[in-house]
Amino acid sequence: MGLKRGHQAHPIEWLVERGIFLVATTAILMVFLIFVFVAREALPVFLGQTNSSLVQEVLPVEKMNTLTPVELQKYLGLSAKQYRELDRESIRALMEVKIEGATEASHDKDAGLNTTAWRYLIGPHQWTGYERPAYIWQPVSQIHKYNIVPLLIGSLKVTLVALLFSVPLALGAAIYVSQLASTRAREWLKPSIELLAGIPSVVLGFFALLVLATLLQKLFGYQGRLNALVAGVALGLAVIPVVFSIAEDALSSVPRSYTQAALALGSSRWQTAWQIVLPAALPGVFAAVVLGFGRAMGETMVVLMASGNASIVSGSIFDSTRTITATIAAELAETVFGGHHYRVLFMLGTLLFIITFVSNLAAGQVITHLKSRMEGKR
Amino acid sequence: MTEKSSPQIALPKVAATSGAADAAPVIIKVRELSLFYGAAQALNQISIAIRKNLVTAFIGPSGCGKSTLLRCFNRMNDLIDNVRIEGQVEINGEDIYSKEVHLIELRKQVGMVFQRSNPFPKSIFENIAYALRLHGTTRRAELEEIVERSLRQAALWDEVKDRLHTSALGLSGGQQQRLCIARAIAIRPEIILMDEPASALDPLATARIEELILELKRDFTIVIVTHNMQQAARISDHTAFFYLGRLVEYDATTKIFTHPAVKQTEDYVTGRFG
Repeated sequence: MGLKRGHQAHPIEWLVERGIFLVATTAILMVFLIFVFVAREALPVFLGQTNSSLVQEVLPVEKMNTLTPVELQKYLGLSAKQYRELDRESIRALMEVKIEGATEASHDKDAGLNTTAWRYLIGPHQWTGYERPAYIWQPVSQIHKYNIVPLLIGSLKVTLVALLFSVPLALGAAIYVSQLASTRAREWLKPSIELLAGIPSVVLGFFALLVLATLLQKLFGYQGRLNALVAGVALGLAVIPVVFSIAEDALSSVPRSYTQAALALGSSRWQTAWQIVLPAALPGVFAAVVLGFGRAMGETMVVLMASGNASIVSGSIFDSTRTITATIAAELAETVFGGHHYRVLFMLGTLLFIITFVSNLAAGQVITHLKSRMEGKR
Repeated sequence: MTEKSSPQIALPKVAATSGAADAAPVIIKVRELSLFYGAAQALNQISIAIRKNLVTAFIGPSGCGKSTLLRCFNRMNDLIDNVRIEGQVEINGEDIYSKEVHLIELRKQVGMVFQRSNPFPKSIFENIAYALRLHGTTRRAELEEIVERSLRQAALWDEVKDRLHTSALGLSGGQQQRLCIARAIAIRPEIILMDEPASALDPLATARIEELILELKRDFTIVIVTHNMQQAARISDHTAFFYLGRLVEYDATTKIFTHPAVKQTEDYVTGRFG
């Protein structure tokens, strides 16, 4: 009987299915590999294996004849390949540079500190020439100061401004488009707001740099042209379409029966949208905001161009500010491959990864909770 | 076969369950009502008068316009694009399509229960309190009192009194529908429109809804659309039969189901078509 033959997939269907599976796994693998790569480069910082101290044991130049090549290579901080390419004259010069650097730096009381240790990365320190302990990010000064607090504050400040500016606008637009607008208005409003997402961020940065900065300066009358406000507003323009699009979908997928029930009870369309549809769509709306947060945290070009990039600790949005992303983008190309600056930048990258990952995870929890409470499962 | 609707407003000629029913005052008066969805005509010159404190059933095959007519009574059709309405609907002598009519006031007077139960994704208490707050009741004690009264009236109180503050979506289908009825009666409308309120429920839940309707009749005027002929026979005082957007026959329910005046009505109620 035909019963025994069972259902076998068509070979082409099987092939397509495998293909899709492969693509999906590759995507997951890629994310994983990128994380592994970033984290591996940052690992020495996490493990405390980097050392940026300028005061090191200095060997006299004559020692180069008695040391083994491996010891010499390690002493000069070179890779095996770099070491092989150098002739003896260059090695001698490098050793002299090292001695010179050590004598010069040792005048500074901070020269002996390993500034990549966690207490200097996170905690304040009273550097030479400072009146009180401070959080300083100055990786290219004589003493490499790697305090990440100003960058964290910068990132959070700009993100906060961006979200405060964009979320109310995007949610308002989403409520209007999904609940109140006529079909005709909806047909052109939705795609045009989503078109904002298509603007390259470098163009947004350009716009912020030339137009927004001037406009906002005239409006608020502050000193520095580029600051967290300008960057945040420009960033908000990039966040609006993300939040709008997802929030609009969430609001539109609220069953029409809720709307009908509310209207039949005598609520106005506005009351229905605000009191019934919005709460019902809350999990989706919340997801939209979290995605907007992720976008704002990770955006680089706009903040690089519009924030002014001064790594200072300040609560004011009218002060120039520097974000984690802009720091990585601006500095990575200038670092010594494998050096402590390089490692610290990768540590910042890992930190960004962790921030977005944790915020997404937490958001997932909140959304599940909201949904189950709404469906009466708790 | 279809009878040309007369300019006169149809009123049941024979006493319904008792002589008193016949004498009940008219609460909804529809005069030559036509409704168009774009170019398609859904209602054709309907004239009908519905009496107070009775259950009036609208029956007819799908697409006959019975739900559309029901939705004219609280102007829910206004929500649909491209709807055009001609004619008059009067409730308590007031033209509800006149410009001065406040939709919110109209819907406070004319409540509605839908085919699929549609409680809000809020707690049981909040479902009813929402309706009350809309119409200006905000004191907590008053809210609690009316919520309890409405739930009792909807025969739901004993089942939910211990979990008033849990989500309404956790209730069974029949309970949800009774909650929707409780929500509708909480704001004390005069008329309750029911659009196939039991069609998505099992027989037991249906029986409870029907019992409830008979209870509610004392305080409210009920207009119910139903596909279930037995249901119409069991619970209604008057029945109107619609076909292709026209009112074919409107009379006391006993008359419609035993001696209908029009052949088409007889064919439908005996199950020969539909």
